[in-house]
Amino acid sequence: MNPMVPVVPVESAALSETMLALTLALLLVAPLAIAGVALINTGLGRSRSAAQAFLGNLAVLSIAVIVFALAGASLAGSLSGAGHTFHLAGKSWNWAGSSPLLLGGVGSAPVQAQLGLFFELLAVALSALIPWGSGADRWRLMAGCAAAAVTSVIVFPFIAHWIWNDGWLAQLGVNFGLGAGFIDPGGAASVHVAGGLSALAVIWIAGPRKGKFARDGFSTAMPGHNAVYVLFGCLLALVGWLGWNMGGAILWLHAPLSALPVTAVNTVLPATAALLATFAVTRFRFGKPDASLCANGWLAGLVASSACAAVVTPGESIFVGLVAGIATPLLVELFELALSIDDPSGAVTVHGAAGLWGLLAAGIFTPRQGQLLAQVVGIAALLGLVLPVTYLLFALLNRLVPFRVDSDGERMGMDLHELGGGAYPEFVIHRDESYR
Amino acid sequence: MKYAGLLVMPAGFFLSIAALILFPNVTERGVFVLCGLAVEGLGLTVAVRGHMPPRGERQP
Repeated sequence: MNPMVPVVPVESAALSETMLALTLALLLVAPLAIAGVALINTGLGRSRSAAQAFLGNLAVLSIAVIVFALAGASLAGSLSGAGHTFHLAGKSWNWAGSSPLLLGGVGSAPVQAQLGLFFELLAVALSALIPWGSGADRWRLMAGCAAAAVTSVIVFPFIAHWIWNDGWLAQLGVNFGLGAGFIDPGGAASVHVAGGLSALAVIWIAGPRKGKFARDGFSTAMPGHNAVYVLFGCLLALVGWLGWNMGGAILWLHAPLSALPVTAVNTVLPATAALLATFAVTRFRFGKPDASLCANGWLAGLVASSACAAVVTPGESIFVGLVAGIATPLLVELFELALSIDDPSGAVTVHGAAGLWGLLAAGIFTPRQGQLLAQVVGIAALLGLVLPVTYLLFALLNRLVPFRVDSDGERMGMDLHELGGGAYPEFVIHRDESYR
Repeated sequence: MKYAGLLVMPAGFFLSIAALILFPNVTERGVFVLCGLAVEGLGLTVAVRGHMPPRGERQP
């Protein structure tokens, strides 16, 4: 049997004990992806906000995980296949889970369901981190934690249920003959696209950093303070992504052992192809390659692989990475210069746009009748519901817990303002030219 | 403007769902799902335009 064959998704299957043990082992390295994204978030912000940014990463993911465990997992239906359904046009629409609150019955649940819950806990943590990087240098810590709590209990559980726990998107294949239903084994939709759209909502509500867009309409460059954090974060993220994509393929697509090597290969190839593409594009456009944009390209390749690593061939995965790598620097530039979107970590492009491309690519390259349409319906659900709902929730939350720090706090830096001390107390902080 | 755009986006989603229910034919279904996506794109464009600071406006 040729091991370099992508997974053909099957509707349901019980996993053997060996596969369950392997899944657990893979999920134990998945938190490295979270560590990588945390480093990238911190490195792309300013030095005077670095401690607040990194503490914020930990605080935001802690809140997200706890709130999801207490209430969100119930709506996600993580521990039981049962859910709230309604009937329309002769079809059953499973729209919300109905597991017990406070993780009731977790000890007696099947091991496969427990592993699914663990996967979702990691997913909600990563999803909460994504908007935190976009609000860097002006988003208050308390507001970030409150936003993470809201998305972990209202937004993420529904998406996780629809895609992973026999919700209506997963059943598009059974109900409407659309391939194997919406497939997203690595969390491109529930983690990255949802996180990227949340990031856009945060950017709109908090507004741009002071001095970012001058009165004449031009954008002021505000480079990240530590390129080494960012690039090391990329390497760390790759290790975590390998566990994430292979673990997800086993759990949600019931991939056999023979399909895992190709999934691993298809995780590495898009990242490397995307990095080279971004390297070439930035070299061509600016005369020299740009380190932070190359990091964004690498991460965009990984994000795209989340959706399709298990279902494409290595050649197709290189194509997916190349498209992600070419589009990333162009979109970052478009969003900043043309649309006045001040996104320090580039999350809207890296997680939102690349996630959407990966989901589409999974539909294009999966040889199943109707799979592409299933993916498009899933994308329509993400864009049509997640962004408006998240924006509305954040706008209401902003009235209770203001998102943006006051201008004095922004001037002195988030570290001094919110924590009373900086990340690099022995460094000389240079004068900020944008405040002239 | 910004809220109008965000309100249009769910309309596009419901158009896509309606296409699944109303059209058994694969081509018609696909076309109407894409129409729903186009409506969402329109709403997103309006929302983005609504959030862009006017040129020459003083920053917060």
